[in-house]
Amino acid sequence: MRMPFRLNLTLGLALVSLVILGAVFAPLLTPHDPILDADLMNSEMPPSWDHWFGTDSQGRDVFARVLYGARVSLTIGIVAQAINSTIGIALGLSAGYWGGWWDDVVNGLTNLMLAIPSLVFALAIMAVLGPGVPSLLIALGLTNWSWSCRITRSAVMSLKSQGYVQAARTLGYGDIRIMLTQLLPNIVGPVLVMATLGIGEAVLAEAALSFLGLGIRPPAPSWGNMLTDAREAIRSVPWATIFPGLAVFVTVLGFNLLGDGMRDWLDPRMQVRA
Amino acid sequence: MGRYILRRLLQMIPTLLAVAALIFLIFSVLPGSFAGTMTGGGRRALSPELVAQINAQFGLDKPLPVRFWDYLVRLAQFDLGTSFRTREPVVDLIAARIWPSLQLALSAMALAVTVGIPLGFLAAMRPGSLLDSITMIGAVSGLSMPQFWLGLLLMYVFALQLGWLPSFGYGDGRLRNLILPAIALGFAPLALLARTTRAGVLEVMGSDHIRTAMAKGTSPAQMIRWHVLRNVMVLIVTTLGLQIGSLLGQALVIEKLFSWPGLGSLMVDSVAIRDIPVVQGTILVIVLWFLVINVLVDVIYAVIDPRISLR
Repeated sequence: MRMPFRLNLTLGLALVSLVILGAVFAPLLTPHDPILDADLMNSEMPPSWDHWFGTDSQGRDVFARVLYGARVSLTIGIVAQAINSTIGIALGLSAGYWGGWWDDVVNGLTNLMLAIPSLVFALAIMAVLGPGVPSLLIALGLTNWSWSCRITRSAVMSLKSQGYVQAARTLGYGDIRIMLTQLLPNIVGPVLVMATLGIGEAVLAEAALSFLGLGIRPPAPSWGNMLTDAREAIRSVPWATIFPGLAVFVTVLGFNLLGDGMRDWLDPRMQVRA
Repeated sequence: MGRYILRRLLQMIPTLLAVAALIFLIFSVLPGSFAGTMTGGGRRALSPELVAQINAQFGLDKPLPVRFWDYLVRLAQFDLGTSFRTREPVVDLIAARIWPSLQLALSAMALAVTVGIPLGFLAAMRPGSLLDSITMIGAVSGLSMPQFWLGLLLMYVFALQLGWLPSFGYGDGRLRNLILPAIALGFAPLALLARTTRAGVLEVMGSDHIRTAMAKGTSPAQMIRWHVLRNVMVLIVTTLGLQIGSLLGQALVIEKLFSWPGLGSLMVDSVAIRDIPVVQGTILVIVLWFLVINVLVDVIYAVIDPRISLR
């Protein structure tokens, strides 16, 4: 069963690179502007050599909007998950290492977060803060750290009785130093896997919130709000629905495959289970 | 058993209280006010007296701790407050949405269970086969696809192009109206169940007691029934429980897309007009559902696996 796991990693890496390159080099890849090139004379054109993904009902180039939308989606996905991972690791490390009342507090908080579906929580926060990128980063960055925290905590609890941690303590290392230099490097694998999968989740959540009109405000292109526009005209302009959704799908698939592949790579016992 | 269930149900109260407090706090730091939204964002500015009157009517003029205490007291009496917009009790608004929500969520789950679990089993029986590969590719795709995009595509093909099914609406709960949203909502849980079942079966098949059973000459059919199924059950129930528990929340976008009159669309619509009592109420119900399902899952564990005792 070596083949499928290599396939996961390779395909995941390829898809993620494709999306990142598309986002970074967007201005070189298309001559069209995602917002300003609204040309009503050329609206609702099917895919062609000039407009690879066709044009939407306002005459904007769908390919250009998908490329520029990748910048928004990737930025939000990566930054939001970085916030989640930081919170999850900090709470998990400290709770697992110190235990006691702090552990109870963190555990209670984690259970609380698990009980509120993260999309519901994010929606509530967006309702308070209003649409926009900063609100999205807060809404998605504060609501999906519970699994990172759990995994870090349980790994630290089994690691802290290990000889090298005891040795560090004997040498007079401070608690924070032990956590950062002795424990953190040993849990980096599972934490990275969680983070990779989490980016996919954040991209999906951003698309959903923008689709509901609570994420990125039009006319700025985001895959979610492109789908809101496209929905009105789905009968005459189906390509405006197909391509932005396909972009979300490819991106999330890439991060999911990459995450699965990394997990199999780090833990060969899991290979068959993938 | 009865005492265990009762105790577990009582243990939900602190979590619910914490959620209530959290949601209350979040909406109390709200920069915009409902009175402001109701008057069209300041374009037709209301007189300050009228705004004060509206705030007093909904008790928004009192200090925060007093409001929170009032809120809890009312909550204890199953009073979720009054909708800012329709002036109806929130409980009534929510009650009207629960059945459509459950209908959709349970249909989606039924689809996921009846297709996902057998598919996972079949795939695990022949690892590396064509069916196995297709199942695994389908599963990771299902988990990566935005549900509402799948919904849009289904709507386009089966409602707008082929005209077989209605494109949106509840249609008095007819099956025709239920099919498309249920498929859109059920596809991701289906994928997850197929994947989990396959992984679980493969793990059990590789374990010592299966090898022993095979060496004893147990027939494959008997082995699956007595040895594999029971051991995989715990894993499946865990996954299923988490999925069912979070399905009401997951359904937000699908309900909105298909104009399905469930809790999710109620929450989304209420968020748009800042009808906060309704938003708070729907969140509490969604969390309550998650917690009740969790208790149920723990009880089922004890029934299917005698090694797990009810503590």
